[in-house]
Amino acid sequence: MKLKLYLASIMLVILSGLIPIAAMAEEKKDTPPAAAPATAAPAVTTATVPAAPAAASPAPTPAAAPASGAAATPPDVKPVLNTGDTAWMLVSSALVLLMIPGLALFYGGMVRQKNVLSTMMHSFVAMGIVGVQWAVIGYSLSFGPDMGGMGLIGNFSKIMLNGLIIMKDAASGTVEWALFQNYTKEPGAIPELVFAMYQAMFAIITVALVSGAMAERVKFSAYCLFVLLWTTLVYDPLAHWVWMSDGWLFKKGALDFAGGTVVHLSSGISALAFLMFLGKRHGFPHERMAPHNLPLTMLGVGLLWFGWFGFNAGSAIVGPNISDAAGGLAGLAFTTTTIAPAAAGLSWMIAEWIHSGKPSALGFGSGVVAGLVVITPAAGFVQPGAALLMGIAAGLVCYGGILLKAKLKYDDSLDAFGVHGIGGTFGAIMTGVFATVGATGLLAGNAKQLMIQFIAVLAAGAYAFIVTLVITFLLDKTIGLRVEKEDEIMGLDQTQHSESGYNM
Amino acid sequence: MKLIEAIIKPFKLDEVKDALNEIGIEGITVSEVKGFGRQKGHTELYRGAEYVVDFIPKIKMEIAVSDDLVNKVVETIQNTAKTGRIGDGKIFIISLEEAVRIRTGEKGSDAI
Repeated sequence: MKLKLYLASIMLVILSGLIPIAAMAEEKKDTPPAAAPATAAPAVTTATVPAAPAAASPAPTPAAAPASGAAATPPDVKPVLNTGDTAWMLVSSALVLLMIPGLALFYGGMVRQKNVLSTMMHSFVAMGIVGVQWAVIGYSLSFGPDMGGMGLIGNFSKIMLNGLIIMKDAASGTVEWALFQNYTKEPGAIPELVFAMYQAMFAIITVALVSGAMAERVKFSAYCLFVLLWTTLVYDPLAHWVWMSDGWLFKKGALDFAGGTVVHLSSGISALAFLMFLGKRHGFPHERMAPHNLPLTMLGVGLLWFGWFGFNAGSAIVGPNISDAAGGLAGLAFTTTTIAPAAAGLSWMIAEWIHSGKPSALGFGSGVVAGLVVITPAAGFVQPGAALLMGIAAGLVCYGGILLKAKLKYDDSLDAFGVHGIGGTFGAIMTGVFATVGATGLLAGNAKQLMIQFIAVLAAGAYAFIVTLVITFLLDKTIGLRVEKEDEIMGLDQTQHSESGYNM
Repeated sequence: MKLIEAIIKPFKLDEVKDALNEIGIEGITVSEVKGFGRQKGHTELYRGAEYVVDFIPKIKMEIAVSDDLVNKVVETIQNTAKTGRIGDGKIFIISLEEAVRIRTGEKGSDAI
């Protein structure tokens, strides 16, 4: 009963937030680069730019160049392949991929032994489903040219990654590589294939994060369908809104360096929506459901942190007003991604030490993840001092979120909302406070940015919550979300996968 | 013949086993069990969720002895397994009706 009231009040808050959004929808969309620097600006050149020094065909102006008559802006330049950036982005993509097995371990160690494989499969199968979906339509919907002109979704022009490899001469097999040029005033570019693959990893991990709420009771078939529907209907639009130059939130000036809104808030709030139909685990909360293998969880934390450097520092590729993927901005994001989780791990651990009497390993690990989540939207926008403050706050805020869950007794098994939802929201809003690099926030005198962050958070949160609610409702009414009670008691590894995690 | 069942603290196993070997006992069966008597459990806390752990891991030893050795064995176990703190364990002496050595078919005292 408490849960329903709590969730109903969340919905009310979100829906009421839509009123100022609607009111502000009439604001001017295009802002001159000098005044309000925007976030991720993938000005994707769809024209061919030969890697070999051949005669260059004139490239059409990229869609994203913000038209400004006032300031004297330098002219657009053609993209040129930057091998240093490309090398770094290839590595970053691999680093982000490593986060998904890391997440599998992180979650897997926290559930009961009988469900370890099932929980890990949630992350792994997402690699399969989204890995395919991304190539087929996901990339096109997220980063394709806008369909309809409202900045809501991409079109189908890049289905099956069409256009990223240009067959110059079918007879001899000569190809050209489409280039992704982030900032049209600077030539640095990477192959668009690399950009697409980098973004693919983000899509995969976002939906895997949602699985944290449904561990130990969701039906695998329902989960697989959920993954496909959610990534297409929630993630792809959100990525388009925030990270694509013609996305409506991007045009509003919302800041999200590496995914506080697109990844963490969306997955966290969607987890909550899913829970409304899923229900608690059998035996929750009085039965003992302690983590069965915390060493796995700690290993997962380590891999997540390691991979997160690719997640944040690699996102410099979409930094405002620069074309460098590998450079100072990446260095800054790397720095904040070191400081914030370190501080957050400590603050969570100390808070737990004081509040509960002992510093736990799970607490420190959770704090680190909270810090990583909170710094994600701000990684390249804030300076080390702010990262430190945000990290300390992250540990405390997310620790509080966990305690709230324990008090309200809703069964977000692995704290998808408590850490990612709350952390992502907090980080996105704090970005509006602390931003000083490439953008300005409240403390730098720009109060409007904070307002924009609130709008982005409310819009993305409301959209993700409502659409997930619909998807979940449909799945519940058709194939059913939960396994049978007997199967749940026996364990999902056995009943869903015919496997046992440990046969030692 | 008697079957002596001793529940002891796990870290005492090696000490007790060595002491029993010294007095001539050559066969012991050991199992890992859990239980509680007056020694209470403890609380574990995982991310705000508290669990009370009632059961404490123990070791159960089963030794078949002839009647004349019973007192000596009980004394040995008690002396070596004792720490003086709550949770040291218990010894039960059960009447053993028959024993058979599988390999040879020997029965009775020859089998233990």
